[in-house]
Amino acid sequence: MILRALDLKSQIFLAITLIVAALVPVLNLYVPESSAFHVSSFAVALFGKYLTYALLAISVDLIWGFCGILSLGHGAFFALGGYAMGMHLMREIGDRGVYANPLLPDFMVFLNWKELPWFWHGFDMFWFACLMVVLVPGALAFVFGWFAFRSRVTGVYFSIITQAMTYALLLAFFRNDMGFGGNNGLTDFKDVLGYDLQSDTTRAGLFALSALALAGGFLICRLVVTSRLGKVLVSIRDAESRTRFLGYRVEGYKLFVFTLSAMLAGVAGALYVPQVGIINPGEFSPANSIEIVIWVAVGGRGLLVGAVVGAIIVNAAKTLLTGWVPEIWLFALGAIFIFVTLFLPKGVLGGLSAFVDLIGAKTKSKSEAKGPSSTAPQLAE
Amino acid sequence: MLRTLALSLLLAIGLGGAAAAQSLEELVAALPDGGYDDRAKIVRAIAATGDPRAIGILEALSEGDIQQLKSDNSVVRVQKGGAGYLIFDPVTGESRGDVKRRDADKVKVNNGLRREIAAVLGAMTLMSDDPNKRLEAAVTAFSTADPEQIGALDAAIEAETVDKVKKALRDARAASIMKSGASLEEKQEALDRLVGRGDRDALSIITAATQDKDPAVAKAAAEAQEKVERIRAMWSNAQNVWYGLSLGSVLMLAAIGLAISFGVMGVINMAHGELVMLGAYATYMVQEVIRNSAPHLFDYSLLIALPIAFCLSGGVGVAIERGVCRWLYGRPLETLLATWGVSLILQQTVRSIFGPTNKEVGNPSWMSGAFDIGQLSVTYNRLWIFVFALVVFGLLLLILKKTPIGLQMRAVTQNRRMADAMGVKTGWVDAMTFGLGAGIAGLAGVALSQIDNVSPNLGQGYIVDSFMVVVFGGVGNLWGALAGAFTLGVVNKFLEPYAGAVLAKVLVLVFIILFIQRRPRGLFALRGRAVEN
Amino acid sequence: MTVSTADTMLYLNGVSVAFDGFKAINELSLVLEEGEMRAVVGPNGAGKTTMMDIITGKTRPDKGEVIFAGNVDLTKHDEAGIARMGVGRKFQKPTVFETHTVEDNLLLSLKGSRGVFDLLFARRTKAEQARIDELLDLIRLGDRRSEKAAALSHGQKQWLEIGMLLAQDPKVLLVDEPAAGMTDAETMQTAELLRQVAGEHTVMVVEHDMDFVRALGVKVTVLHEGSVLAEGSLDHVSSNPKVIDVYLGR
Ligand SMILES: Nc1ncnc2c1ncn2[C@@H]1O[C@H](COP(=O)(O)OP(=O)(O)O)[C@@H](O)[C@H]1O
Ligand SMILES: [Mg+2]
Repeated sequence: MILRALDLKSQIFLAITLIVAALVPVLNLYVPESSAFHVSSFAVALFGKYLTYALLAISVDLIWGFCGILSLGHGAFFALGGYAMGMHLMREIGDRGVYANPLLPDFMVFLNWKELPWFWHGFDMFWFACLMVVLVPGALAFVFGWFAFRSRVTGVYFSIITQAMTYALLLAFFRNDMGFGGNNGLTDFKDVLGYDLQSDTTRAGLFALSALALAGGFLICRLVVTSRLGKVLVSIRDAESRTRFLGYRVEGYKLFVFTLSAMLAGVAGALYVPQVGIINPGEFSPANSIEIVIWVAVGGRGLLVGAVVGAIIVNAAKTLLTGWVPEIWLFALGAIFIFVTLFLPKGVLGGLSAFVDLIGAKTKSKSEAKGPSSTAPQLAE
Repeated sequence: MLRTLALSLLLAIGLGGAAAAQSLEELVAALPDGGYDDRAKIVRAIAATGDPRAIGILEALSEGDIQQLKSDNSVVRVQKGGAGYLIFDPVTGESRGDVKRRDADKVKVNNGLRREIAAVLGAMTLMSDDPNKRLEAAVTAFSTADPEQIGALDAAIEAETVDKVKKALRDARAASIMKSGASLEEKQEALDRLVGRGDRDALSIITAATQDKDPAVAKAAAEAQEKVERIRAMWSNAQNVWYGLSLGSVLMLAAIGLAISFGVMGVINMAHGELVMLGAYATYMVQEVIRNSAPHLFDYSLLIALPIAFCLSGGVGVAIERGVCRWLYGRPLETLLATWGVSLILQQTVRSIFGPTNKEVGNPSWMSGAFDIGQLSVTYNRLWIFVFALVVFGLLLLILKKTPIGLQMRAVTQNRRMADAMGVKTGWVDAMTFGLGAGIAGLAGVALSQIDNVSPNLGQGYIVDSFMVVVFGGVGNLWGALAGAFTLGVVNKFLEPYAGAVLAKVLVLVFIILFIQRRPRGLFALRGRAVEN
Repeated sequence: MTVSTADTMLYLNGVSVAFDGFKAINELSLVLEEGEMRAVVGPNGAGKTTMMDIITGKTRPDKGEVIFAGNVDLTKHDEAGIARMGVGRKFQKPTVFETHTVEDNLLLSLKGSRGVFDLLFARRTKAEQARIDELLDLIRLGDRRSEKAAALSHGQKQWLEIGMLLAQDPKVLLVDEPAAGMTDAETMQTAELLRQVAGEHTVMVVEHDMDFVRALGVKVTVLHEGSVLAEGSLDHVSSNPKVIDVYLGR
């Protein structure tokens, strides 16, 4: 089954990701700064962040590209995963906070709270936090999806209510009474599993972990989309009622991928938080979730690798432009949205491979054996 | 004149006739003599003269500014200044030079005397010739609710000719009665009066009375308390309904343009909020021009801004439709993303031109201020926006029902393919529809500029809410948008007192998410195959 | 009606449904015996597609009975459940999975488990492959098996959809206007195909094309304004004055 999931392109992608996972930390830690091959710690942190975005983008592509579900609230699952990890990191600060309270995080002491709220219990254990990183987003997605899919809320309606979902969470998390640090969120983390979060080694380790998580997420998604289940998902995307009349309970399949996708997003969020050192309600903002979708669209939907490429391209552009002339960034982002939807519906990778196929067809080399264009996912079983 | 007479009479009673016939000068000169009780008598006598100058003297006395000179034992009014005090004749007010501080002794007043002075002063202002002053005095009397002033109040009520003041005086009397040792009947009457007043001050007096020593009074007060609370609850519900309707009218303005384009074209225009924002900025620019070149037109600024905002936003809307949406028909999700891109560009454009900060947009005079209906307070700007929203709604209904373009829009809403086949130029209808929806967004912007901060982020704040309205009300149906907006507005405002503003909003969002599960097409959904597929 | 439901495959009794007050189906009663093929004709808007919507669970009737295989009340089940019980449906507008290959279209239609996790780990068995090959022969698409369905012609898509229906191995086949948009030759081939499958399956065909109906050579039900106007052989119904009125009168 794994072999089936790994066609040549996927193998190349996985190989690159694994090489990056190993190489970048080595270049950062063991190559002297004077060397041209040295990777700065800043770059490690930055690219580590991109890798978590890439995983998030993959999770969106899984549902949008393959099942036609456009979630405009995936940032919420990302943020929830982030909060779960952030809560662990908060607990791990222990009595080294400003108020030196061994049990309560600083912001609770500040709010004059006397006890740890019930939902903060257990987060002192790393394994528990890790469990919550997938369970909380998964559970929310399951409940939300169960309601939505069962009532056949589809298309733009679904997109809109996912926006409402993340907006509601945004407002809720802004409240101090919620017990998640309100406006400021969770920050000032010290270490994870005893490793200092500021040290280069830990950061390099987190980078490697993010790359591995990306590879793992990619593999899981490939396994799903290349299975017969994956074919059903595409069928749902293309002709939902036909699929129903063939005896498939569409809501079950949607619920499955939606929940799986939310869990992947949660993992991405959990890796993101220790690398950027903060999680706040801003991550729930509706605009964020829409931006994720454009990463996928830029790279090319329904390709998985496209999502990764898109996430990296867009975020690199964001870093460069906001550093250079901040005002330009929103113009550029807006233009990307319009350009991609109008002129590059298959995204950069889709467009590229269509182009390559065109050249291939022109040169007429073994075009018969290769079959039609590979812009859509290869689903050979 | 009648008033002065009444006052003299009233004060004379307390005086026991002792110092009755003395002149103001003599009375003032006598102030330092004797103890506090004597002084109190003189104070009443001064007041009883009915002389307007008495007020100033008594106030000065209460402040400790009436002093006796050691040199000649004469009584003066002092004012700090020069080496020590500037001194004046207390009655005529003419200057008598200055003295060192230690050359004068205070005419002593204790707290009891001060109260006495306040009471007679109150009684005197109750008799002032200026009705506003009398009203003010009555309001003060209500809040002090001193049983001592009942006599003065009775006299004032007797003499009062202005209804409003009379009513205030009666209220003050009732309040004072509650604190006095009056009989049960009297207190019952006072309670009824306070219930009729029914506001928070009345409630606190009644509540205090529930602790009355007389169990009968306490019982009557408890009943009255219940009544007042019921009345107050009713008014506060009414207030909430009004707030809700007001919020609803804002939501409707923001959402109705969206409802049109969503309904007719099935596309989501994520830039709708920015079109609203453009309308608000159009208002700002109009006001800038008016401020600089024709300030007398300021009251008309909104009326001038309306057509400009409509054309600006409408024009941008048509451009969006022709430039972007047209190429994406049948791909609603892509349209959503592309228009989101447009919204970012519009936002940043405005930010680059006008800066990121809030712009000052003024309220014309007819838009500012408030008035009360019972315990309901209504601000003019909210009221006008409410009216405006209904007018826009009505006009839109007319356009859709009575004009050819409206007919074509409805045809396209119900069955695009069929309309196309019947020769409706769907492309043109789409552009017009989108333009109309966008133009209304511009109008909404003019209204919102009056109650919200005009900044590049203005639109962002409304986009999710407007979608909720559209989705909740049902797509392609104006009445749905109306019902949706007002329902959500009212529900929101009723939740707020219990849950707080933020949580109320969260609850409303959750409610809508659940609601869509029950009715995926909204409250007033169109049915039919064309819509379903 | 006094028909016992025990020996019937599909039994509709007194079914009505209204959309916003408009009665699309009005007291419709209809019986299909096991193994029978029935042609349903009627002017546009007569309610033929709506009738299929009701049988397949897409539309809930306001009242009336819909009984399948003698004892199953179809109004209590959803589309997927009804499909799994063995009611296959071909849409009026041909609907196939355009981005899947012809072969995959059939594979997904094959009778078998529909569980999410079963599908995640499903492998193509020999039996499945054999059945796919058989169907590809039947619908004459063997040489296009690995092409995307999008590349097929309109008529081929209709066949592929019929093939997908057969792949489900349904007890009842509901076929909505299979000949629409086909050439005459294709139409005849389609009629042939349907006759071929009839014996094993109960088939209900909706069609406008009288030549096609004649070619089927089966009992005909005429639907008009949501209820049955006439029933019998084609010659019998077409001489019925009411039917002539309905068809020529408009
Ligand atoms: N979901 C629906 N909503 C509203 N009207 C419908 C719906 N389904 C069918 N109708 C109406 O019911 C009538 C019957 O339609 P249909 O069954 O498609 O006719 P036929 O297939 O015989 O041509 C038509 O007038 C159609 O508009
Ligand atoms: Mg039909």
